[in-house]
Amino acid sequence: MCYLAVAMHELSIALSLIDVATEAIISSHSTGRVAAVRVRVGLLSGIDRDALAFSFDVAASGSVLEGARLHVEDVAVTAWCPSCAAERAVVSISSRRCTVCRTIAPRIVRGEELELVGVEIEEDGNETDRGPTRSAEQE
Amino acid sequence: MATRLIEVRRDLLNKNDVLARRLRRRFADAGVCVVSLVSSPGAGKTALLESTLRAIAADASVAALVGDLATDNDAERLRRSGVPVRQIVTGTVCHVDAQMVDTALEGWNLQELDFLFIENVGNLVCPASYDLGESLRAVLMSVTEGEDKPAKYPTIFNSADLAIITKTDIAAAVGFDRPAALQCINEVRPGLEVIELSARTSAGMTAWLQWLDRARQAAAAV
Repeated sequence: MCYLAVAMHELSIALSLIDVATEAIISSHSTGRVAAVRVRVGLLSGIDRDALAFSFDVAASGSVLEGARLHVEDVAVTAWCPSCAAERAVVSISSRRCTVCRTIAPRIVRGEELELVGVEIEEDGNETDRGPTRSAEQE
Repeated sequence: MATRLIEVRRDLLNKNDVLARRLRRRFADAGVCVVSLVSSPGAGKTALLESTLRAIAADASVAALVGDLATDNDAERLRRSGVPVRQIVTGTVCHVDAQMVDTALEGWNLQELDFLFIENVGNLVCPASYDLGESLRAVLMSVTEGEDKPAKYPTIFNSADLAIITKTDIAAAVGFDRPAALQCINEVRPGLEVIELSARTSAGMTAWLQWLDRARQAAAAV
């Protein structure tokens, strides 16, 4: 596999991330600086986190997200194990076996995510219409 | 300085997914069965499509979209079968997305079609992430590629509804380990249906054509 193709893939994903994040910022009526972007990436999503981080910096350049940090939360693959009757970790992304009893577990529960969790905004303290968002973390 | 978190919780490919859902609804309303083909370059997507179009064009109304980074060579090949074919040239983009499909369909009357085939760009990485609104997705691997291909690219095998092992006519010559390949597919994606065929000799084509027929009946019944 050519590295260029892999990076191209993450670049397309990063451009979509910029779009989704920008829309969220606009609809929240925020005026502050974007400090960080948080994403969840399932290990079965096919996305390489280093390539995504690199692509994010390139894609964010010139946008409201320029200079923002990218936090990637990996999501391990779990599947419903019919023998254990429980959600279990699987052996690897290439082996859908329950790590407890080794039974093949057909149904994936987690690990395919590719999701924007949220955007952290630094604000100067002026009260504005903040929209329906969660309370602030203090720094 | 206060930091606040704007919670979003949205899929990164939301825009593509929304458009793909719209396409899927359109396909279902028109009763057309849309099958996409994905594989690495050279696994035999175009050869399989050529044989398939030849085999079914007399009994069914068929059209095809073909994605490639450059050239319309594949579309030219497929046009010889006499069915409407459009090339999607993706340029530097390594996959077909829902928007490209939507654009390529312009002017076609889907109601008149029984089947629409979408041949994706030869690539086992990027196409996995992009829903095209297809009814079913088939992933191809040829006997020359190595039995552990599914283990190396699990995401695309997880996105597929069928695996097709191609070029079985040369399996013996290249020392293809069939049990190992089937075991690998089942390990990555338990229960995934597998069809083994050769587009060149037509061995195994009947199973594929029957699969397509079932898919068409399911699409027409929606």
